[in-house]
Amino acid sequence: MIWALILIPTLAGAAAFMVPSGRFVRVLLPVSAAAHFGMVMAAWTLPLPFSAAFDWLAADALSLLFLSVASGLFLAVAIYAIFYLGPSRKRPIKDYLEGYQFADRSDSVFVGCLLLFLAAMTVVCLARHMGVLWVAVEATTLASAPLIYHHRHHRSLEAAWKYLLICSVGISLALLGNFFLAVSTAAASAQGREMSLLTPLLMKNAALLSPEWLKAAFLLMLVGYGTKMGLAPMHSWLPDAHSEAPSPVSALLSGALLNCAFLAILRMQALMEAAGLGAFGRERLIFFGLLSMAWAAMLLVSQTDYKRMLAYSSVEHVGVMAVGVGLGGIAAVGALFHAVNHSLVKAALFLAAGNILAAMRSKDIHDVGGLLKALPASGALWIAGLFAVTGSPPFGLFSSELLILKGALLSGRFVVTGIYLAALALAFAAILRVALKTAYGSPRAAEAGPGGSGRETFFAVAAPAALLTGVLILGLWLPPALWRLLGEAAAALGGSF
Amino acid sequence: MIFPMLHVFLALIASPLLLSVINRTKAFFGGRTGAPILQPYLDIAKLLRKGTVYSRTTTWIFRAAPSVELASVMAALAVTPLGAIPALLPFQGDLVFLAYSLGLMRFFTVSAALDTGSAFCGMGASREVQFSALAEVALLVGLAAAACLFRVFSLTDICRQAWAAGPVSWEGGGTLLLVAASFLVVLLAENSRIPVDDPNTHLELTMIHEVMILDHGGPDLAFIEYAAALKFWILGSLLVSLALPLRFADPLPDLAAGLIGLFFLAVTVGVIESVMARLKLVRVPQLLVVAGVLSFLALFDVMR
Amino acid sequence: MQSFLDILMILLVLLNFRLLGASQLGTCVHSVAFQAVIIGLLALLPHGLAPSWTWLMVGAVTLVKAVVLPGLVRRAMRETGVMQELEPFLGYTVSVILGVGLLAASFLVARPLRVPAGGMTQVLVPVTIFTMLTGLYLIIARRKAITQVLGFLVMENSIYLFGVAFAVEESWLVQAGVLLDVFAAVFVMGIMIYHINREFDNIDTDRLSDLKD
Repeated sequence: MIWALILIPTLAGAAAFMVPSGRFVRVLLPVSAAAHFGMVMAAWTLPLPFSAAFDWLAADALSLLFLSVASGLFLAVAIYAIFYLGPSRKRPIKDYLEGYQFADRSDSVFVGCLLLFLAAMTVVCLARHMGVLWVAVEATTLASAPLIYHHRHHRSLEAAWKYLLICSVGISLALLGNFFLAVSTAAASAQGREMSLLTPLLMKNAALLSPEWLKAAFLLMLVGYGTKMGLAPMHSWLPDAHSEAPSPVSALLSGALLNCAFLAILRMQALMEAAGLGAFGRERLIFFGLLSMAWAAMLLVSQTDYKRMLAYSSVEHVGVMAVGVGLGGIAAVGALFHAVNHSLVKAALFLAAGNILAAMRSKDIHDVGGLLKALPASGALWIAGLFAVTGSPPFGLFSSELLILKGALLSGRFVVTGIYLAALALAFAAILRVALKTAYGSPRAAEAGPGGSGRETFFAVAAPAALLTGVLILGLWLPPALWRLLGEAAAALGGSF
Repeated sequence: MIFPMLHVFLALIASPLLLSVINRTKAFFGGRTGAPILQPYLDIAKLLRKGTVYSRTTTWIFRAAPSVELASVMAALAVTPLGAIPALLPFQGDLVFLAYSLGLMRFFTVSAALDTGSAFCGMGASREVQFSALAEVALLVGLAAAACLFRVFSLTDICRQAWAAGPVSWEGGGTLLLVAASFLVVLLAENSRIPVDDPNTHLELTMIHEVMILDHGGPDLAFIEYAAALKFWILGSLLVSLALPLRFADPLPDLAAGLIGLFFLAVTVGVIESVMARLKLVRVPQLLVVAGVLSFLALFDVMR
Repeated sequence: MQSFLDILMILLVLLNFRLLGASQLGTCVHSVAFQAVIIGLLALLPHGLAPSWTWLMVGAVTLVKAVVLPGLVRRAMRETGVMQELEPFLGYTVSVILGVGLLAASFLVARPLRVPAGGMTQVLVPVTIFTMLTGLYLIIARRKAITQVLGFLVMENSIYLFGVAFAVEESWLVQAGVLLDVFAAVFVMGIMIYHINREFDNIDTDRLSDLKD
């Protein structure tokens, strides 16, 4: 079963590379995505752990949670990509900023990389060995770098280079952290215990690990995987990559990839909890989380590029998750819930932004106005998504942010609470300003210019609409199965209801 | 007590001889016969016989400088051991005293150079100060590393233990080797030898040390030349003590080994001068910084 | 044996300083390759490297790191016709002096991390951290994209150093994955450099500055 989960996207990706372009890859993508999603959903009903290969891959509550989100997002993106990879996109595209012509890379490379990216993310979610986890996270970087450079022009190249370099550096730090972790087990092996980097073994013998090495390993991994997750101040690649990548890729980066890195940090934090060093890890998480929130909120205020705005919003929400886990208790549950909500809503927003970009051919907020009139469906989704991402009531993010706030108040961390609320309020104001400006106002660059397609296809609207509906449902009614899963997942992180 | 006195006596007598050895080595590599081995002595004797001329723009500093230089370098000689032979007047912390005596010497050289008001002298003074600021770091940190290594704080004790241990046999690894490499660069820089400064140059623009003493003459110049020879002896003894893995139980062969080491060092410097070209002035700080890095590395290696 | 180990460590540190002070790209490539060789030599020291496949593994990794990767970098240099000079943001002397600071910081940070008993020298930890910081510094303070790749390789060297010294008992599959990833990363970076060169007609990363706030 686990092998199938990994092999389906891998083989499909390889096939996409083999077969030169055409209709085949555009069919292959949604089909394999649907197969993957179906199997993940099936995993919910099977008893856990449902399968294991060499002990290295298995599913626990955390895996299942993040895997479901990643797989669901991927399915939505795959459906969206049917529109995105249409034959109309084959001709050279005129750059809206500087006016030169550029071409996209071939569809087969795009689809192949997307599928390999999914395979890598699946491994990240399922890995039970810190080394395998690391390899998989690095593989996500390598698979997604070509995706960012899908539009062949110099800004996307710059973004891809920054992404590749900064994330590789971060990931190397995380690898050193893995080695430090291995050294920390030396004392336990000296006592004759069987030790390796398998998480169950580590958790069982956590008390025997050398605390200094464990702390150093945690810090390295926090910084390393935090780079990939987009925690400030290591986030500098994130706005560039998210704004320059094709919109479906941005959706996946923001919705799924950040979660994968977060998962890696969570695994380490769980180990710290088991070793009795949970407080050490939590304080660092709160620090980086608040820093990310404040930093992103301030940059949100002055943003004029709406895709960059979404990217900074991701940095902010990543900060929210880190703070939530850092606070522990009910806030940890909230943080995991928030990860789910944020993935759905951010992916929906990026997909909607893709529609707007395709129609308006501008990423500048001032050029995009009167969306509700010009693009009724995408515009409505866009506005609703913006409301959702600020944590407005009917949506899931409201509940999760409220849970974290409750956790903060319960633990009596009033300074943390203050900064948390201030950053959220600032982000709320900044994003609402954009929402109002784009919803009404006059479409300055409207009439879509010569390059815009000007009309919305069914798939292009259906995918973000489905994601947004998901967030809405989560805000109104939480399925008991999900609630149970969240509780189970948070238990290892010191979280409880 | 007899051997320390013997060492100081030998230093006073034989230090110009080291410069002569360097020159003969260079002459050998250049295919020349070279000046007679006693040429430095003849030069000093000649200068001592002459009278001095003082520029009207100079003050008492210019007149006092040569004597102060000779005095401070002799003070430094008093705390300089040679291998297992202790210094004449060793005391705790004399390594700082050594560094400061040499610093005082340099201060007066530079002050006298500035006192002349000549543009060339001022330029030389500026370079000397710039380079020695870096060289001094290397020297002090290197001494600190050696002191940390043996947990003693007097040059005599450091050198005795280093002499006893030797860099290769010492099981902690290359600390002494690092310090020795650093000191070799310091020695070359402080004594105006070739990769840093060319003692034989005739173009004022490229000089460092020589340009500062252009205005001195007669006995003053003799003092300065003699002080420079002693300085070479002092730094050379330190280097030999730290780097030479020789050890005899008896002081007499120890002294002989030390002297042989010094002359070997002079030959080495001669070889370096023969095979290397002078560095560009902008590269010199890099060389000195590298020496500092070696010293720091030694220090970290000890203190880890 | 211990002193041999120490001398290797000191050589590594000196190579780091050579990297910091080098003005020529070729020197940097040499130093990186030489570092990999030294780290490979470390594995020859007897400290429980019993299984023969570990030797094979270390040999293969060293070969890749000392020959193949520098070869790739040189190839990229040749094909892009990049100038030898490094054009640093900060001067070489300043870099070396900062390096001393980094070295001191590494020793300070490494203080509480005592290596477990078993033949490895305590210097290993600070040297690892220092090598890592050197790599980071090269990435930040040098202008060319190739230097940034070199900086990344230096960081990888530091990790490899630590890995060879301690984590060899970790399963070989993980090691293979690590190696593969590094290899692939450098490969992808090489491709990117090619694209950057084509797009911008040179590989100075300060041209890559359109995207900022």
